[in-house]
Amino acid sequence: MELKTVKTHHVPVQYYEGGKGTPLVFLHGAGGIVEGDPLFNKLAETHHVYAPLLPGYGASEECGELRDMLDFTLHTADVVEALGLKDPILVGHSMGGMIAAEMAAIAPASVSRLALICPAGLWLDDHPIPDLFAMLPYEMPQYLFHDVEAGTKLMTAGVALDDPEWLKGFLVMNARQMGMAGKILFPIPERGLSQRLYRIKAKTVLIWGDGDKLIPPAYAHAFKKGIAGAELVSIAEASHMVPMEKTDQVAAAIAKLG
Amino acid sequence: MKFTWFNLMPWQDLPDDFREKHRSVWVDIDSRLFDPERANHLYNEYMDLLEYSSTLGFDGIGVNEHHQNGYGIMPSPNLIAASLARRTKDVGLVVLGNSIALYNPPVRVAEEFAMLDCISGGRLVAGFPVGTSMDTNYCYGQIPALTREKYNEAHELIKRAWSEPDPFAFNGRYNKLRHVNIWPRPIQKNMPVHIPGGGSVETYDFCIDNTYSYSYLSFSGYIRAKALLQGYWDRVAERNAPDTSPYRAGFAQTICVADTDEEAERLYSEHVSYFYNRCLHVYGGFADAPGYRTIKTIQSGALSQYAPPTGGYGHLSWKDLIEQGHVIAGSPETVRQRMEELIKGLHVGNIFCLMHVGNMPKDKCMYSTKLFAEKVMPHLRNMFPEYKDDNRFWCSPMANAAKPATPAYEHEVAAAVGGKN
Repeated sequence: MELKTVKTHHVPVQYYEGGKGTPLVFLHGAGGIVEGDPLFNKLAETHHVYAPLLPGYGASEECGELRDMLDFTLHTADVVEALGLKDPILVGHSMGGMIAAEMAAIAPASVSRLALICPAGLWLDDHPIPDLFAMLPYEMPQYLFHDVEAGTKLMTAGVALDDPEWLKGFLVMNARQMGMAGKILFPIPERGLSQRLYRIKAKTVLIWGDGDKLIPPAYAHAFKKGIAGAELVSIAEASHMVPMEKTDQVAAAIAKLG
Repeated sequence: MKFTWFNLMPWQDLPDDFREKHRSVWVDIDSRLFDPERANHLYNEYMDLLEYSSTLGFDGIGVNEHHQNGYGIMPSPNLIAASLARRTKDVGLVVLGNSIALYNPPVRVAEEFAMLDCISGGRLVAGFPVGTSMDTNYCYGQIPALTREKYNEAHELIKRAWSEPDPFAFNGRYNKLRHVNIWPRPIQKNMPVHIPGGGSVETYDFCIDNTYSYSYLSFSGYIRAKALLQGYWDRVAERNAPDTSPYRAGFAQTICVADTDEEAERLYSEHVSYFYNRCLHVYGGFADAPGYRTIKTIQSGALSQYAPPTGGYGHLSWKDLIEQGHVIAGSPETVRQRMEELIKGLHVGNIFCLMHVGNMPKDKCMYSTKLFAEKVMPHLRNMFPEYKDDNRFWCSPMANAAKPATPAYEHEVAAAVGGKN
């Protein structure tokens, strides 16, 4: 897993690259992706994996020019092109799934294999998604993890709230990352995708933790209904961070695409 | 000096166990705590107080905008200001202000402020806050990272709408208007503008560049405000502003006056406690949506300095609140001394006097207000004689403004008791 940079029309984009095999692009969720990501490593055993960072994530340069869903979608298509890839397997988790689905809807001829892991992008009035932007850090694990205690440990590793320098760094990172994510997720993570889902022609696998408490499984069925021929892989004892909680099962579901 | 009597319009019946039983006074406050018929009395009492204070020599009376908020039941300050325009004379109407990123299109603000200026005869002092994150992002759904860009565009549009004599096209990112041509236009050609801010470097620069007054509307008092306002004055110097007029800055201070220090505590401590304990009980998740603050502001390290005291306000006693300067209270002489410290220490020419606190009843508030106006304010009038002619930041009312007629129903009452029409 190596961190590299590629030029795009707007800003240089950082991406992780690793493994050998069929090219696969992984789009991270609102929490970002860091060195040692278990799903990345698992996929890299069988695929050539590229995981670009959205501008502002990690140490990557911010991009004020990206403001709305279309900007995000076209920017990510630019990244795929800049990486020299043509119709890679496209995988996205949560916010990344929302972007991947938009890419597949906007340019159906460029995306023939799509894996959406509990993607954002739809809104069901009967199943309101909790407000991620109004959560305090200690409240998050209960929404993100099936095993809340283990999740809390994962999320609080290295946290030093009583150290002002650490806190400043955390606030800056959070403002950069979640500020960027907020452009398509705040205050409701829906930007009209439901009207465009019919355009998706890709072979699609939907992967969902059946205990997802952030984007509940009702959304899995809404996506399945909207994308012709989509297959749903439901994973037991997992919540929204299913790529961390059930890495092997998620990788196996993605492998159905080749 | 310019003294503005300022009122947040708090709900007065938050229960004793509000902090324990409720998550937040703001955004998702329980609607079952609101009683519309009680609000009829509250609104009228608060407007009575604003009108009363306008007769005592205050330079301005002030209103502001909050949404879904138990300590500020004034989502539309313009409605209150319109009523005050009819029922007061000579006093400045300080609308602090309209959160211009929230209006669609923002020419609405240009129009309503122009109406207020015309109705009041040029007494408007305008305010353009970015708005708190609670109001702007969590209640009104603006995308945090785009709020400032939208705000800046709204500001440009309003300024042009006020000043350009001919219809113009405005092709903004957030506003596409082919024919901007507001009608009416404001009386004041150079509208005085105050910008509430909370430590954002961008807001300092915005005020300096536009010759607007920077207002720090905090509830934590003048001692804790020192660092923030020093940051502002440093910035004024760095950017080579032509002067350091104290009217470039304003400050809000909770003030309670009684005959003696002891009486002040006896009369007001329960109301102050109500405000700091219940009204400021805001859920932390609504405090600051990521992306709302710029990176520059976070990196300046300023926010931690201006944050509420460790452990929040809830545990502070009357003594703590007084000693730490959150509240200035006591005899007229005590209050005068501390106000002088405030005005000199912060170098501010505009004081927003928070004379109504929490669940204070009207009669107590009138008592405190009158003592301040008669026994404190006159001694503070001439703090900055060298800037006494600086009227860039205050309204310039027209001569011979219209006088509203007595309400028609009062004629009927007079006739019924044998009076003359």
